[in-house]
Amino acid sequence: MTPPDYEYLRKLLRDQSGLDLSTDKQYLIESRLLPLARKAGLSGIGDLVQKMKGGSAALITQVVEAMTTNETFFFRDKVPFDHFRDTIMPAMLKARAARKSLRIWCAAGSTGQEPYSLAMCLKEIGAALSGWRVEILATDLSQEVLEKSRSGIYSQFEVQRGLPIQMLVKYFKQIGELWQINPDIRAMVQHRQLNLLHDFAGLGNFDVIFCRNVLIYFDQDTKSNIFGRLARTMEPDGFLVLGAAETVVGLTEAFKPIADRRGLYQPNDARLARPPAHAAAPKLAIAAGG
Amino acid sequence: MKTCLVVDDSGVVRKIARRIVEQMNFRVIEAEDGSKALEACRRSFPDAILLDWNMPVMDGFEFICQLRRMPGGDAPKVVFCTTENGMDHIARALEAGANEYIMKPFDKDIVAAKFQEVGLVEAILT
Repeated sequence: MTPPDYEYLRKLLRDQSGLDLSTDKQYLIESRLLPLARKAGLSGIGDLVQKMKGGSAALITQVVEAMTTNETFFFRDKVPFDHFRDTIMPAMLKARAARKSLRIWCAAGSTGQEPYSLAMCLKEIGAALSGWRVEILATDLSQEVLEKSRSGIYSQFEVQRGLPIQMLVKYFKQIGELWQINPDIRAMVQHRQLNLLHDFAGLGNFDVIFCRNVLIYFDQDTKSNIFGRLARTMEPDGFLVLGAAETVVGLTEAFKPIADRRGLYQPNDARLARPPAHAAAPKLAIAAGG
Repeated sequence: MKTCLVVDDSGVVRKIARRIVEQMNFRVIEAEDGSKALEACRRSFPDAILLDWNMPVMDGFEFICQLRRMPGGDAPKVVFCTTENGMDHIARALEAGANEYIMKPFDKDIVAAKFQEVGLVEAILT
């Protein structure tokens, strides 16, 4: 993609949706827009931009939607859920054995696939959790996606991406052409509208935070600021899970990576984490899904 | 190179499936019904079988029942790929020994996700 094409798309997205891409998000544009360009019979981003400049309103709408849509599916990336089952939960079952309660936060809960995937993981753990109080809080910027999450209703297409067929049979009911996750799984997840740029200290403390594929939309200072505040809402022995392409390295001292567990972090010492001296005015974020 | 047997009575579907599976680095064999698919399995077992349900001569359900009774017939990973999208069909397929189940229409992402699920391909991070 040529720099002028990138600048054109950046400006267009900023004007039309408030999405503020930094200067290094070429990969994000390519991964979202190349499939769209090909579907439209165009050879690449260059042709796509030409056509948009030619005034194709329909194409512009498609581009904005492709860039701001929450792409998410059940057990997305798989590895974080392996970590949840094999690392996080064994540690928590031990550490919280006396208290028998656990609080999990999906900070970019989107349309529900991530929180419900965690709920299904917990169901699979079974007897070891009997008598425990486990809370999963799913937050998102968008009321619309939260509504969808609450309904727990998914298309045939959505239940086929990432969800093992045995789990579909076990945890879903068929409603015509759609599939709804069972009431006992739905009841495990609470929903709340939340902008990560705003104060979230009121949510209380969490043992586990999934914050995947949302921070990529923020600038560096805002990322650091959010990491600092996440650390302060976490139990010192809690776990943070980031997206496959995300890291804390160079952004915060508040979390440390766990060796051999890609995407998994623990607070360094949450009580010592301080916000940056001057937190930059946060840029607008769009809803993104983990 | 792993082998995938694509079983479907529609030449168009076989062609689409072939393209998707070849992109995932499989060698593809085609069969137009369950009986032809059994012949192919008697010659040698593929690693994966992408299996339609409704076909003339022998349907996919009958095929998998016979396959799983063959010596060594429990080895191939069988992924149904059918317009039969009812819970009853899915449950019957799983009981008969299917490893995964795709409800048509399908695309590359779904096939990749299901092949990944049954361990035929490595996890792809998104």
